[in-house]
Amino acid sequence: MSTLVIQDLHVAIDGKEILKGVNLTINTNEIHAIMGPNGTGKSTLASAIMGHPKYEVTSGSVHLDGEDVLEMEVDERAQAGLFLAMQYPSEITGVTNADFLRSAINARREEGDEISIMKFIRDLDKKMEFLEMDQDMAQRYLNEGFSGGEKKRNEILQMMMIQPKFAVLDEIDSGLDIDALKVVSNGINEMRGEGFGCLIITHYQRLLNYITPDHVHVMMQGKVVKSGGPELAHKLEAQGYDWIKDELGIEDETVGQEA
Amino acid sequence: MTVETKLALTEQDVRSYSVAKQEPNWFAEYRIRALGAAENLPMPTPDKTKIDKWNFTDFPVHSVESATFSSLAELPEEVKAIVTEGQQSVYIQRNNTPAFIQVSDELTSKGVIFTDIQTAIRDHENLVKKYFMTNGVKVDEHKLTSLNAALLNGGVFVYVPKNVVLEEPLQAVFMLDDAQTSLFNHTIVVADTNSSVTYVENYLSTVENATGIVNIISEVFAEDNASVTYGAVDVLDKGITTYVNRRGVANRNSRIEWALGLMNDGDTISENVTHLVGDASYGDTKTVVVGRGKQKQNFTTKVIHWGKHSEGYILKHGVMKDEASSIFNGIGKIEHGATKANAEQESRVLMLNEKARGDANPILLIDEDDVTAGHAASVGRVDPLQLYYLMSRGISKQNAERLVIHGFLAPVVSILPIEGVKKQLTEVIERKVR
Repeated sequence: MSTLVIQDLHVAIDGKEILKGVNLTINTNEIHAIMGPNGTGKSTLASAIMGHPKYEVTSGSVHLDGEDVLEMEVDERAQAGLFLAMQYPSEITGVTNADFLRSAINARREEGDEISIMKFIRDLDKKMEFLEMDQDMAQRYLNEGFSGGEKKRNEILQMMMIQPKFAVLDEIDSGLDIDALKVVSNGINEMRGEGFGCLIITHYQRLLNYITPDHVHVMMQGKVVKSGGPELAHKLEAQGYDWIKDELGIEDETVGQEA
Repeated sequence: MTVETKLALTEQDVRSYSVAKQEPNWFAEYRIRALGAAENLPMPTPDKTKIDKWNFTDFPVHSVESATFSSLAELPEEVKAIVTEGQQSVYIQRNNTPAFIQVSDELTSKGVIFTDIQTAIRDHENLVKKYFMTNGVKVDEHKLTSLNAALLNGGVFVYVPKNVVLEEPLQAVFMLDDAQTSLFNHTIVVADTNSSVTYVENYLSTVENATGIVNIISEVFAEDNASVTYGAVDVLDKGITTYVNRRGVANRNSRIEWALGLMNDGDTISENVTHLVGDASYGDTKTVVVGRGKQKQNFTTKVIHWGKHSEGYILKHGVMKDEASSIFNGIGKIEHGATKANAEQESRVLMLNEKARGDANPILLIDEDDVTAGHAASVGRVDPLQLYYLMSRGISKQNAERLVIHGFLAPVVSILPIEGVKKQLTEVIERKVR
């Protein structure tokens, strides 16, 4: 079993503090969901874990099986087993999806032990079929001209090809119609199990109709303010966030304004 | 102001060379006139690059005699690598010597001419007279065009007769394996009415410390309804200063498509002009370059619209590293009367070092109302968010940069029609950006 431990994480962007002490522990074989209204720091947490160049960790720690993640370069974090499905994946002209994926897989293997092209193609074909993606998307340039839904599927395809220990999915459900949402959920459920932990960041409960989380957390004002089981998501769906704000005496849940 | 330049060769030298090559008298006279004109003509004036201290006229010897090859198997490895196995029609020029030619049965049976320029001057006088510096490049444009004619010592002649559509590409390799070699190459590619041809050339130095100069003119003619695809990969040594002028004339409903990988290591002036003369003619220019070291380069790409409904596209992508500096001039010109013409261009420069320089100058000159035109230009560094994205999948920073750069230069690499040349360009890019 692997464990990702986030302790008292403070993160700033352009000098402004967004995360104000996040604590979270995720084990493999667990699916966690982080919910919360807009502007409460959810995506910042995702980006900070992966090492986005614009986000500055001002204090706190992230450890993966005892290793200090914040000391690692972005590629080292990925090699250590972290994966982030991004909300806005980059488009890279001239680099085919297939070439990119093969580079990502071979980056995890020793020189001279690269994955055989046949095996790679078989694997890729199978997973693209599973995600109901057009086969020609393998030869298209990475995310270039992809629709919103295609980009999301492509993120999940990468996750399935790379097989990380921990995946953070940053609003993987946004902009998806119901069919695409089911396909993406199938991909995540396919990964579920021993050796895989997942942190799903979402505004909406609807994704959680297809993926039952083991733990649900609510973020407000740059912190995790409430945690619970799957029933918490249902309560949020039914009642919204106001009851939590009332309970905790929070007036403005965003990190936009200082008290 | 005219600059007096003492030319390395006298009229007598030129005459003797012409006699030695058994050229017809008209061509000898042509050379002599061009030599006379060269003395007084000014140098070209590439926009934003000062070339008055560059050496385009001083060279060790005019012509190097080299051994020929009796088969492709004898080619040196570097050259063998770019001539893909199964390539049927291929011409190898070694320094200034026509060293090998192989012409497929298809070409012969369809009456296609594919030969070295000097043989063409002897054996296909009428065709050469019709196309040599008449409608494409003019001999008296400036000193370097006239010197090219006066001192011509290499090149290829391609003529595809009416209604002949060639599927297989023609390949020419100009290899320089003698450090003293200078080239005054002149290539002519003619696709007659309703014909189609793909021609791919390589300029390749296989020796270092070269001391010669290179002056290249290519003239491409697409007659009515004809189509020419012209690929080129230039990889000349650091010591060589190059002037290369590739020009196309597209007639009615014809197409000229250029895919140019300009990878010289020496100072280079490259001029690529396409005249869209005929109505509904189409010109597409894709150019990729990599500059490194202290190299200075100027790449001027121009599409001139004369024909109605003519379409012209310019794409230029350049990568600059070390202290290399380059000017990218992209010019779309629409003449009066070219109604419904469309001129589009895109120039992008990636700079990999603090001291590298690249300037993109997109220019639209429009003399007609009823047209469409657009341009996009950018100069910058590798996007840190692209690197972040690639690295977040476990790819090292160095490899992520590599992927982005290869992707950036892919527009030309991906469309080169000969596998060996495509592979070579990829390898050259790899070597230059490392």
